Amino acid sequence: MSVDTATVRHVAKLARLAMSDAEVEALVPELNNILGWVDQLGEVDTSGVEPLATVIDQKLRLRDDVIDADPLTGGNVRDKVLANAPDAQHGFFAVPKVIE
Amino acid sequence: MADLTSLTLTQLRDGFRAGDFSAREIATSFNAAVAASKALNAYTVETPEDALACADKADAARQSGDLKPLSGLPLGIKDLFATEGVDTTSGSNILKGFKPPYESTVSAKLRADGAGMLGKLNMDEFAMGSSNETSAYGPVISPWKRNDGGNAALTPGGSSGGSAAAVAAGLAPGVTGTDTGGSIRQPAAFTGITGIKPTYGRCSRWGIVSFASSLDQAGPMSRTVRDCAILLESMSGFDPKDATSLDAPVPAWEQGLSSDLKGKRIGIPKEYRIDGVPDEINALWDQGIAWLKDAGATIVEISLPHTKYALPTYYIIAPAEASSNLARYDGVRYGLREAPEGGNLDAMYAATRAAGFGAEVKRRIMIGTYVLSAGFYDAYFTKAQRVRALIKRDFAEAFEKCDLILTPTAPSAAFGLKEKTSDPLAMYLNDVFAVPASLAGLPAMSVPGGLDSQGLPLGLHLIGREMDEQGVLNAGLAIEERAGFSARPEKWW
Repeated sequence: MSVDTATVRHVAKLARLAMSDAEVEALVPELNNILGWVDQLGEVDTSGVEPLATVIDQKLRLRDDVIDADPLTGGNVRDKVLANAPDAQHGFFAVPKVIE
Repeated sequence: MADLTSLTLTQLRDGFRAGDFSAREIATSFNAAVAASKALNAYTVETPEDALACADKADAARQSGDLKPLSGLPLGIKDLFATEGVDTTSGSNILKGFKPPYESTVSAKLRADGAGMLGKLNMDEFAMGSSNETSAYGPVISPWKRNDGGNAALTPGGSSGGSAAAVAAGLAPGVTGTDTGGSIRQPAAFTGITGIKPTYGRCSRWGIVSFASSLDQAGPMSRTVRDCAILLESMSGFDPKDATSLDAPVPAWEQGLSSDLKGKRIGIPKEYRIDGVPDEINALWDQGIAWLKDAGATIVEISLPHTKYALPTYYIIAPAEASSNLARYDGVRYGLREAPEGGNLDAMYAATRAAGFGAEVKRRIMIGTYVLSAGFYDAYFTKAQRVRALIKRDFAEAFEKCDLILTPTAPSAAFGLKEKTSDPLAMYLNDVFAVPASLAGLPAMSVPGGLDSQGLPLGLHLIGREMDEQGVLNAGLAIEERAGFSARPEKWW
């Protein structure tokens, strides 16, 4: 499989990456080179092989359903959560207008 | 008094406990070495006050007999670990100025055991790279030089390049690294130091900036195998905050160290004899085999038939997970924001990410997004996960015939800056020996074995069974004792 400029533009949109025409042009051969290389996996017979999702066997566990379980991150730390925000107003993250 | 920065972590610990020197003297020596090392670009942030404050606590603790395992030892922390109130940027412009209000579990454990912090260590952006050249801070320069008089600037490897250079240059007695596809082991090999990636899940990933979550694993880098055992013991352990954390006791690895390998079978995978690898590296591998035999081990040939497919598998899975993990950098909650005049939220996301990520990170986000996109998910991502299952099975079958596996760490010695940046594939191939163990979640370590004809370090790589860090450390110790590697870079910085 190979990509063209239209595909690269589409993928960039999916990835939320603004890209100039020059960047798109440059990425086409780079991605094709890499995708051509990974295509060798097609040689491997994987019929009947389950895709590996967890590399070390262990049961998925759930955390205790407790607010404030962790004093640093559990809750009631609004100011800390907002401390690194590029724009915080009235105790919220502020973003460009979403609804006209 | 000997130059404290030339001692191993173990020597510093034991000397401090014996009263040969104070923790303040240790911290002062390392702070001075760090301050004088700008030419290496190993540290992105220096925290000398932290190292001194922890040293004073350690000195007081020695008076009161209340010592902790790492009291008196200042460490360097890779910039991937969230450190409370101290810049944590993952080597990226998109996180410039980010000061986490929390501490990663691993660095918190080191602190709880008495360690101080010298500063944050430079790294490839989001740990994506094998030469440290993708860092937004510019590359770390290896303290090593070729002996050809050419004076070329060399890479310390990556992504834990700042960590490796700091240990090699005496800017920290021990450091944290992280390894997704070789990011602890390859830089350790390039700089003549020791580094271990434990079994996936041994070290909590909580508070470590995510790259590829099913692969990322923290580990220590230091001068010796014993140093690594000491640090790994502190870093490991169950963490309820990480859903993939292993709920298993942490063995007393340092206490369990033994280089007697009688009864151990060492597997040599025939598929790791790869065309184009320099003779010197294969010769060192043979030397490693001889050393392990000398330690009492028997050598068996094994087969890992899917070795050839490990790298392409990795370069689907890691970018796929990265594209998902890095979706959080959107200019809303932390880090950089670029909001084009009159643009909507989508425009802000796209502009922020375009401005904040470097070329390699964008490349991997693009690959990852592509292989996860509708129509290609099964052909690429599911296929890679199936091949990953086969790679893991290869190891399981091999470990029926052997207890440990010995290979070279990297297919070359350290290369020069800019030598490989124009060809992503050539760069990716640098992790050819390291990636399979990562895909299988196995513990693996690099130990320095010798120097090549240009005077640069080469590493030997040991892979163990799941949870058998002790076996890996012990075989590493056997090599270390026999290699007698004591070469150090000549100070030029």
